[in-house]
Amino acid sequence: MDHEAAPSAVHHHSPPQGFIWKYIFSLDHKVIGKQYYFLSLLAVITGMVLSWLMRLHLAWGTAAIPLLDKLSPNGAPGGVMTPEYYLSLMTLHGTIMVFFVLTTAPQAGFGNYILPIQIGAEDMAFPRLNMLSFWVTFVSFVTLVSSLFVSDGPPISGWTAYAPLSALGSAGGPGLGRGQILWALAIATFCVGSLLGALNFIATTIDLRAKGMTLSRLPLTCWAWFITAILSLLAFAVLLPACVLLILDHIGGTSFFIPAGLVVSDALQPHAGGSPLLWQHLFWFFGHPEVYIAIVPGLGIVSNVLACTCRKPLLSYRVLVGCMIAIAFLSFTVWGHHMFLSGMSPYSGLTFSVPTLFITIPAAIVCLIWLGTVYGAKLRLNTFGLFAIGFISVFLTGGLSGFFLAQPSIDTYLHATYFVVGHFHFVMGVAAIFGMFTGTYFWFPKMFGRMMNETLGKIHFWLTFIGVYCIFMPMHYLGFAGNVRRYAAFTDDYMLPLIPVHKFITVAALTTGAVQLIFIFNLFWSMFRGKLASANPWEATELEWSTPSPPPFDNFGGQHPVVYRPPYEYNVEGATAEFIPQFTPDPVIKA
Amino acid sequence: MGKLFAVVMVIITLVSAYFVVEHTWWMPVDISVHGPGVDRQLEETMLGTGILFILSQLLLAAFVFFADKKGPRKIKRFPGGPVPLVLSAVILVGIEILTLTFVGSKVWASIYFTPPDPNSLRVDLQAEQFAFWFRYAGPDGQFGTIHPDKISDGNGNYYGLDPANDVAARDDIVVGSLTIPVDKPILLTMHSKDMIHSFYVPELRIQQDIVPGLDIPIHFTATKTGKFEIVCTQLCGLGHYSMRAFLEVLPQDKFDEWLKTQSQ
Amino acid sequence: MSESDVAMTESTWSGGALPYAISSKKLGMWLFIVADSITFGAMLVAYAYLRVASPDWPIPFKFNPSIINATVMTFVLLSSSITMVAAVQAAKEGRVRACVGWMAATMFGGVLFDILHIREWLGLIHEGVRLFQNPWGSPLFGASFFSLTGLHMTHVTLGVIYLAVVAIGFGRKKFSADDVEISGLYWHFVDLVWMFIFPLVYLISARLR
Repeated sequence: MDHEAAPSAVHHHSPPQGFIWKYIFSLDHKVIGKQYYFLSLLAVITGMVLSWLMRLHLAWGTAAIPLLDKLSPNGAPGGVMTPEYYLSLMTLHGTIMVFFVLTTAPQAGFGNYILPIQIGAEDMAFPRLNMLSFWVTFVSFVTLVSSLFVSDGPPISGWTAYAPLSALGSAGGPGLGRGQILWALAIATFCVGSLLGALNFIATTIDLRAKGMTLSRLPLTCWAWFITAILSLLAFAVLLPACVLLILDHIGGTSFFIPAGLVVSDALQPHAGGSPLLWQHLFWFFGHPEVYIAIVPGLGIVSNVLACTCRKPLLSYRVLVGCMIAIAFLSFTVWGHHMFLSGMSPYSGLTFSVPTLFITIPAAIVCLIWLGTVYGAKLRLNTFGLFAIGFISVFLTGGLSGFFLAQPSIDTYLHATYFVVGHFHFVMGVAAIFGMFTGTYFWFPKMFGRMMNETLGKIHFWLTFIGVYCIFMPMHYLGFAGNVRRYAAFTDDYMLPLIPVHKFITVAALTTGAVQLIFIFNLFWSMFRGKLASANPWEATELEWSTPSPPPFDNFGGQHPVVYRPPYEYNVEGATAEFIPQFTPDPVIKA
Repeated sequence: MGKLFAVVMVIITLVSAYFVVEHTWWMPVDISVHGPGVDRQLEETMLGTGILFILSQLLLAAFVFFADKKGPRKIKRFPGGPVPLVLSAVILVGIEILTLTFVGSKVWASIYFTPPDPNSLRVDLQAEQFAFWFRYAGPDGQFGTIHPDKISDGNGNYYGLDPANDVAARDDIVVGSLTIPVDKPILLTMHSKDMIHSFYVPELRIQQDIVPGLDIPIHFTATKTGKFEIVCTQLCGLGHYSMRAFLEVLPQDKFDEWLKTQSQ
Repeated sequence: MSESDVAMTESTWSGGALPYAISSKKLGMWLFIVADSITFGAMLVAYAYLRVASPDWPIPFKFNPSIINATVMTFVLLSSSITMVAAVQAAKEGRVRACVGWMAATMFGGVLFDILHIREWLGLIHEGVRLFQNPWGSPLFGASFFSLTGLHMTHVTLGVIYLAVVAIGFGRKKFSADDVEISGLYWHFVDLVWMFIFPLVYLISARLR
């Protein structure tokens, strides 16, 4: 077979009829993208509520939380959380946020909706597989949440589920029997959904680009989704067998992760031969690329939006692409920095520290290129622009705190303290979320055909931006003071003086959480009552802005777009137009 | 909006930096021999990243401030294009990385690659859900063998010792807190009988996971007397937050007295 | 100043073409194979890690019957890959009945492999090998053996079903030669995985004398 592609013949499906085929089992990437987006929205609200409960308990540990005793009479008798209830909330919070928010919305949500349109395709390469991926992910979410309803509750082992705690079953504590099995089953299912999605993204980006869309004309969002898909394909393929082995340790009597001679509650456990460190290796070999899966789409979205906001080309397209590739490649070499103190050979402290520190170089270059793009720009600060610039700030903060943790000699002190919690929340809980906000405010007109309210958006931005610094910056200070993480309460003498800081964080968290209601309101109200949107309200250059808002069923109304130029041609020297979309044929620059 | 962003950015940067510079919430006093190395490494990293943090956030603020102008004007390309930025990232960050690695590796080596002093006081640690149990060898200087099948919290046999058949186990001293003499090297061998736990004493600048199935040795020397907290830092179950013990550093003579009373 | 190249050279990577000269479906199968290889790789790494860390790893496979049986299984699977190659060739040349016949032979090989494998499993189970124990040494032997070979056997079985669907579909002119070739890719992958499992699980645990 030669290189001839007949795009319209590749997957020509006619518009679906009937509610089920239009909205439930749709094959349309736009519907599927929205399904992923709304699943993520449900997940982030759930995860946020869990975090509020956690923060309330940490700040006011003996106070009764209203209604909690009705919801969980065993977990929170009289409304006061038991330690295991706290830990189970913490486990669900981490698991839901990392998997169903950070791995889902930026890639499967926005990527599914926008990628095919940005490359000029009618749909993804495998629409049925796409539909399957979403529903598999949905089943995964339901499985995870169902652990709330089994008698022992969700697992208490954290999203990292270290063995033997996670492998010994209910002997180890509440939630570690059926709850842990449901967790492992949910995550294994999620792996399958992600692998199918990754496959789709890669094939689509390689095969379905429209005529003239060379790789060097791909918007940075497409590069980001492509690189993230490759990361996903390789990383989730390792987590899947790890979860299966964990399930086998529960139901098959195996001891993959359990050594001999363990005594729990005076009962000698019948396991032998396994290694808890094996779980950590398998998990973190996935886990580290996973956090880059969470952030790389954000890097792409911010780069893409920044050019539009600054009304100038990015300082260097090629360097940004190169850096994203470098970050992705290096991400497979650093997993041991989560295991400096794990009992591995101390030599590994050095072997993992060096690439971990090196990964800061491409990340720093990305930030500097962004800074260089903002320099001398003609800023048009819509809400999405504010969130994009806010992303730069919080990504810098989060990335710089990584410098401490990358060095094993400092990790000796800071490991498992709130410093780590502050670090990963800045990069994942703030930066990645800012990427999602940027994407939402930027693409909302395209996805829903209406404009969001700018005033509400700006209020949302300001309160959130200040709020997240108030929540997560103090966590670094707590870390310096040695405040240990994953504690249901702070009863140790040296931590008691830190509780006022926790109270401050809790107030900031609840306030910032409440502020998100502005966003939710804006989102849903604008879907139905927002001003109607034109095809290109932001005067952007990428292909999705060439088609109506929202796009027709096959994206381009039967046309086959042709691409003539790279993206981000804003205020190009010598050009008469302020911006030149990618699909503009006439050469307007005299060579 | 851009000007407002710049102002807010400056405030956030300065306030964040203030609390760090003032050491408002900071590490407790260091009481270990290798501690000064850790502290210096941290301060140097703080200086380097602190400068980068302040510089980058203020640059962002400045660029946004000046780019937020109304009215027609030309956009400006960053002088030199991407090359100076890439070079400065590679060179500056590269130098910082190499410096931190070389110096830091010495600190790391001082904790993990220096062999323990042959005259160390040997102490055993058995971690379990949710307590630390410390063991001294007693007058015979030998530790009794650990028999997992004999471990019984109910009977207070945390180590699974068999004094009836094991001579060395008869004089082993098992206590719930770690009492050590000041200025004496300690070799602490750690075991876990159930989950992964972790031994952390912030003042000692030492933290190490205790992995079931492995015997993990750490060594340190305390340089000041006092009472300090040992906390577990690896999630081990519902009682993780309350799993703690005390480290008591005594003058040598007081320690000898204490050990003698324990042996009786 | 932007980095545009207004004069565009036509190449297979310029969009509107398939850069790898294979259908998207086939590219998709390759990507699946990459992911599945990594899954098997992770399993093999876990097995290696545990084996190296265990002082009491049993070496239980006597030449007769274990190694002989495994060798026959290898030969059967390799032969089924050869019949698959013939099936793909026949499909490309439009010889529908020949193709379906060769695919049936391939499926037969897969089923025979499964039968021999189950027979071997039953023999081991009869000797007392379970997921959680065995009479000879580290209990992880049974765990890793059954999980690794079980995962592979699942792939073989699902592969037989997949081949059946494609063969019937191709026979009814619903699927193309490309679909046959894609299923062949999967089958060769499954065979390749066995070529790792056979030496790493069987041969290095062979008790010769």
